Amino acid sequence: MFKYYGKFAPYLFIAPAGVILLIFFFIPFFQTIGLSFFDYSNSIYQPNFSGIQNYLDILKNPIFYKVMWNTVLYLVVAVPILAIFPLFLAVLINQKIRGITLYKILIYLPVIVSIVVAAIAFKWLYAQDGILNYFMQLFHLPKIGWLTDPKYAIYSVIIVTIWKGIGYYMMIYLASLMSVPKELYEACDIDGANFWQKHLTVTVPHLMPTIALVTTISSISAMKIFAEIYVMTKGGPLNSTKTIVYYIYEKAFENLDLGYASAMAVILLVIVMIFSLLNIFVFERGKYKI
Amino acid sequence: MKLKNIPIHFVLIVVSILSIFPFIWLLSTSLKGAGENIFAYPPTIIPQDFTWDNYVGVWKRVDLMRYFVNSMIVAGATVLLNLILSSLAAYPLARMEFRGKKITFFAILATIMIPFQAIMLPVYLITLKLHLVDAYGDVLGFIGLVMPFAVSAFGIFLMRQAFLAIPREMEEAAIVDGCNVFQVFWKVLLPMVKPSLAVLAIFTFIGSWGEFLWPSIVLTKEAMYTLPVGVNNLQGMFSSNWRFIAAGSIISTIPIIVFFLAMQRYFISGENEGAVKG
Repeated sequence: MFKYYGKFAPYLFIAPAGVILLIFFFIPFFQTIGLSFFDYSNSIYQPNFSGIQNYLDILKNPIFYKVMWNTVLYLVVAVPILAIFPLFLAVLINQKIRGITLYKILIYLPVIVSIVVAAIAFKWLYAQDGILNYFMQLFHLPKIGWLTDPKYAIYSVIIVTIWKGIGYYMMIYLASLMSVPKELYEACDIDGANFWQKHLTVTVPHLMPTIALVTTISSISAMKIFAEIYVMTKGGPLNSTKTIVYYIYEKAFENLDLGYASAMAVILLVIVMIFSLLNIFVFERGKYKI
Repeated sequence: MKLKNIPIHFVLIVVSILSIFPFIWLLSTSLKGAGENIFAYPPTIIPQDFTWDNYVGVWKRVDLMRYFVNSMIVAGATVLLNLILSSLAAYPLARMEFRGKKITFFAILATIMIPFQAIMLPVYLITLKLHLVDAYGDVLGFIGLVMPFAVSAFGIFLMRQAFLAIPREMEEAAIVDGCNVFQVFWKVLLPMVKPSLAVLAIFTFIGSWGEFLWPSIVLTKEAMYTLPVGVNNLQGMFSSNWRFIAAGSIISTIPIIVFFLAMQRYFISGENEGAVKG
């Protein structure tokens, strides 16, 4: 095809987006790394260069390990549930039965509603004399301090994240279920396979790429959890629900320890980048081919 | 209803109820009057002392309308900028050859890997330096709320995919007819990617509408609060008055539910595989 555009046209088209990305992504990215080598703990106006001291401090801080542990809990509890349960739901909903649209709307609703409202709604369910503890009593179980007991609080928060994500991942699975060849299911029916045999031998192998995609997306989201914590627990009790992002927020905007917060942010960057690279180059390669 | 479908309906009904129950319980609480114990065991879903008073009370004491307008301004501007900037940047990446294309491509791709949460501190420092915070004026405050989210790699790649799917003959015909490069973009290509623009608009709107972290960092004036920040603030204002907190939360949710029901085919048709946001 002949070249119908001027020499500068491509740059003019990219420039507006380029400027925004430069100011609000690339410069802050390098600034985060830069700030992480400075000590702000004495004064926010007179930082001292401190090399890798912030990183050493982090590694010595028991709260850091608590925060990482909470993130690991998120990864081992929330991620598998979010990868498997929505797939199961998508398979159920991907049939010609009545009321499908209504089911989809209701299950997708938590995705749409602001996380702040969702967190408030759950805080109310979790209240000491709230409705969940009523059900506990009904089953002759002791009342639980859902958000006040350090043993349980993190799981209560994880439940909110799972609850809010199910509809989203279900829709991703539904979209890719459409690509599974119908003949394979028909063959299963002829062979007399039951529901589980059918889906374990046909659906799951076919959707492996999507399952992998959902796993990485939900892992990355798990590492960015903030609003649930901010609204429900503020990281407490005893740091038991403190996540990486909440910790960064606290250090940066409450303690004004910019260097320490930035070092923590670099750690988050590295972890998220590993997962993202996996995502981009392994699972979604086609979408980002130049 | 076929007999063999009953277990399927059973599971889907249970999951549907679990999905909306937290809202139902919040709604129920918001409609209970002072005469009814909201901690009563056994709990009652249908209010015994039914009243709208909590709604009237919270509406009078909190400027929810203001929060709503602020959210509309921020989400509207964010959507508009994303549509324009993403499609402008996507066009050369899909259709033109130029020096530095590869590096531009990978630079944009790299931003996908940078979570906002990790760079929010310098973003705040830069926003402060540019005077884009509410202390310098409401308009500047709004610009500061919008700018960090004015364009995303997600949007650029979505639009690039859309442009790639258009046959080259379209442009050739337009050039022969005497269009210049901007007219090719604006009059020929852009109308052909409307479905992708709609998807981008809707998902950007939802994201911007629910955004909580950034506004809670930059906003200082209550008159500038967006809905999520305002609703979170109800907790502090009414400490343990759960009737009011519930009523305020329910009011704040109505607009997005209306939007969702109106646009539901975009969310639940299952045709928007490309709209998966990481």
